[in-house]
Amino acid sequence: MSTLVYTESTFDPALACYDHIVPAGDGWMQEIRKGQTFRIVDLEGNQAVDTLFYNAHDMSDRYSAQDTIRQQRSLYLTTGTKLMSSEGNVLLTITADTCGRHDTIGGACAAESNQVRYAIEKRPMHSCRDTFMKIITEWGKGVTKCDITHNINFFMNVPVTPTGGLSFEDGVSAGGRYVEMRAEMDVICLISNCPQLNNPCNAYNPTPVRLLIWD
Amino acid sequence: MSEPSETLLFDESVPGGGMWSFVLRRHLTLRITAEADGANVGLMAYNADAPLDRLNLPDTLKAQYTAKLTRGHVLMSDMGHALLSITADTIGWHDPLGGHGNAALALSKYGEAAYQTHRNDWHRNAHDNFLIELGKHGLGKRDLVANANLFSRVDVDGNGVMSFHPHNARADDSIDLRAEMNVLIVLNTCPHPLDPSPTYSPKPIKLSVLKAPPPGPDDYCRNFRSENQRCFTLTERLFVGL
Repeated sequence: MSTLVYTESTFDPALACYDHIVPAGDGWMQEIRKGQTFRIVDLEGNQAVDTLFYNAHDMSDRYSAQDTIRQQRSLYLTTGTKLMSSEGNVLLTITADTCGRHDTIGGACAAESNQVRYAIEKRPMHSCRDTFMKIITEWGKGVTKCDITHNINFFMNVPVTPTGGLSFEDGVSAGGRYVEMRAEMDVICLISNCPQLNNPCNAYNPTPVRLLIWD
Repeated sequence: MSEPSETLLFDESVPGGGMWSFVLRRHLTLRITAEADGANVGLMAYNADAPLDRLNLPDTLKAQYTAKLTRGHVLMSDMGHALLSITADTIGWHDPLGGHGNAALALSKYGEAAYQTHRNDWHRNAHDNFLIELGKHGLGKRDLVANANLFSRVDVDGNGVMSFHPHNARADDSIDLRAEMNVLIVLNTCPHPLDPSPTYSPKPIKLSVLKAPPPGPDDYCRNFRSENQRCFTLTERLFVGL
């Protein structure tokens, strides 16, 4: 595998204006204002954090995985990556990363895709899409399933081979590693802390993550 | 790659920079043929009977452990359904990663060519073309999904660096897409967003709608992977009792 570059942050958790734990299998949705810095901490290691962003003033302008990887000519997200919207705007910029690589082509797990991938009988298992649906229903404001688009999988490792193969590898993350990003506009963040138990994206053991925001 | 029992129902040409949308009925095949070297077709797909059930390329790729599209692969929806099966392909690699360009990209790469000065030779872009065709079916910006780029190829090296693979499609190359449900297909023929050509010269395609036998138990795409078999099972449940 390629060499990963790690970038540390100088922000002090003790000075954060927001500090919150999202349990495994739970979700979170909140506005992050322009200029604020947002950190996600993989507390115990190898935890996929399925994340979507929206322009807070126009939800139809939202994170676009294809625009993000194409604009930087890079399949993997890390420090310096601009998270692009479907309308060509920079939503956030990744400013620190002690994991080194994050996926955005693997999408989120869903009850229905688990049926395809693993077994028809897997439908009852908890999934990211069900978390997203619950959280957006509570959020209201007209947000619906069509707003659940292709997400970022922070801390997840999905390498593509030069012959066009795709694999799901053990995580490159570990306990305490984090990714940090600066909001370049007012954004809304939607997270599912992935409950997947059918593959190694969470090392078969979903764990909590910590979210921090600094002004 | 033609099946002996297929019947051509109609065909239609789309010029470079053009767009098209159509509800392809279950088990009909859409054959798309490049009419020039370097063609590109941006494609999105929706369940025509319930459009919230729509193409999901991440689900498609991870279910089939692939980062390219070719014969045997099934374009899957976010609800675990099969939209389109790739039943024939003369190339072997179609791009699911590169997405599509917009007006700003077209202006920066190709310069200005407005309708008023250039009439129908004006510069069109995939983002606007997708929205125009989606709008005809009551869909809009919130319904944009990650698109495939048929006929194009983007390589990814060991560090994840993406690069456009030139000369992937030649004139007369073709791909067959068989509908596994009633599928709303939305496509356009704008250049691939990573195509390095500084000149706006999008290529035309021919669309042929064919009737061919429905997929039997031994169908190649159905049996390409066990994931595809389960996807077909879930899709056929939409039609039980009919």
